[in-house]
Amino acid sequence: MNVARLSSIDLCIAAGLVVLLALLSFRLKLGLERQMIYSAVRMTVQLLLIGMVLQYLFASRTWWLIVVVSLVMLVAAGAEVRSRLKHKIRGFFGFGVGAGSMFVSSFSVTLLALLVIINQHPWYEPRYAIPFLGMLLGNTMTGVALASDRMTSLFYEQRETLEQRLMLGQTWREAVADLRRDCMRTGMIPIINSMAAAGLVSLPGMMTGQILGGSPPVEAVKYQILIMFLIAAGTGFGVICSIMMIERHMFDKRHRLRMEKLAAAG
Amino acid sequence: MGGACLGVCGASGVGKTLLLRSLADLDRHDGTVLLDGRGSSTYPGPEWRSLVALIPAESRWWYPEFGHHLPSGCNASDARQLLAACGFEDDVLGWQVSRLSTGEKQRLALVRALVRKPAVLLLDETGSGLDLENGLLLEKVVKEYRLAHDAPVIWVSHDREQLARVSRQLLTLQQNRIDIAGLAQTGEGRS
Repeated sequence: MNVARLSSIDLCIAAGLVVLLALLSFRLKLGLERQMIYSAVRMTVQLLLIGMVLQYLFASRTWWLIVVVSLVMLVAAGAEVRSRLKHKIRGFFGFGVGAGSMFVSSFSVTLLALLVIINQHPWYEPRYAIPFLGMLLGNTMTGVALASDRMTSLFYEQRETLEQRLMLGQTWREAVADLRRDCMRTGMIPIINSMAAAGLVSLPGMMTGQILGGSPPVEAVKYQILIMFLIAAGTGFGVICSIMMIERHMFDKRHRLRMEKLAAAG
Repeated sequence: MGGACLGVCGASGVGKTLLLRSLADLDRHDGTVLLDGRGSSTYPGPEWRSLVALIPAESRWWYPEFGHHLPSGCNASDARQLLAACGFEDDVLGWQVSRLSTGEKQRLALVRALVRKPAVLLLDETGSGLDLENGLLLEKVVKEYRLAHDAPVIWVSHDREQLARVSRQLLTLQQNRIDIAGLAQTGEGRS
């Protein structure tokens, strides 16, 4: 591979642009400069660290280490989904919804891809496993978080409507049927749209990266198509899973709405 | 108390609504609620609530048109009769819920519940905040249903005059105390 190697000076030039932007923000009194520099520094440190971890991981190829890294990523994704809910679900279940649906959306799909499609030896080959998992976690999280946030918000806003449906003798499934459809759409529409726009409006990052890395564009495109399918399917499964977990959790065996399980906004 | 109406009053926050919600099994509660000697916990929740209908003061609607809120299996002539009793024509089925007045909403919420033929009616401030004409119409419909189906009614209201019109027994909830006035209790387990 003939990648143009980046020197520290190259990165400093790019960083200079961000510094310039920060100065501009200061000058225009946008008040964004502090946050911008903080985020830029944080991004640099995080990526450098993950670069070192990955380098070590790729060299060692220890299976349990890969499992540990994957689990850390999963836990982080679960926590991130939870943090994006306006109305948090109380207790461990709030984290469980995120982690559980991210497991379905990303872990299971990555596993399938590694075992059946990529088919390397060993199957947990970190050069494939970690980027696949990372990409799936990152891209399916948006959909799962959107759907869960909408579901919990709707529960909060429409609690009286839900209860009046129960009062008329509806089961909880009948009472939430409309909300469920709405939230599942909310979660899935973005990925459906981005599939339609891929290649025309946007060049997906992974494909661009592979091309920069020296892969022939057609090979890069095939990988991109694969990953888009996996992301779309993963998002869909994750969204369905999160909605089903939340709706089940919010009612008890007597089909009573248990609003105390949901915190007020914040 | 088959076919009787029990009025319930008490200061705000004393637990009148909570009482009705517990009877309808919408909130977790201690004790047992019996209907013809059978406890609520022996019914599935939805089945219990279709027998013991709670009608809240402020109705919510989830479809744009009123007609969609009636159960698909309901008897059309029953529905028509109820609607007529509440002062509506058949075309109300296609009315937009968003354009209903408060009085219309309360009457239609009653229709929505009664058409499902509940065995017990729990009314939470139903008819309060309405003009007298609307209120009386509503009371008349409830009374007719109560007598025709031998269905006990528990009516929570702030309006003593209304309670005097609709019920001969009055239950006053106070902090830590319950007073029953009016005719002698029937003493049946049916609540």
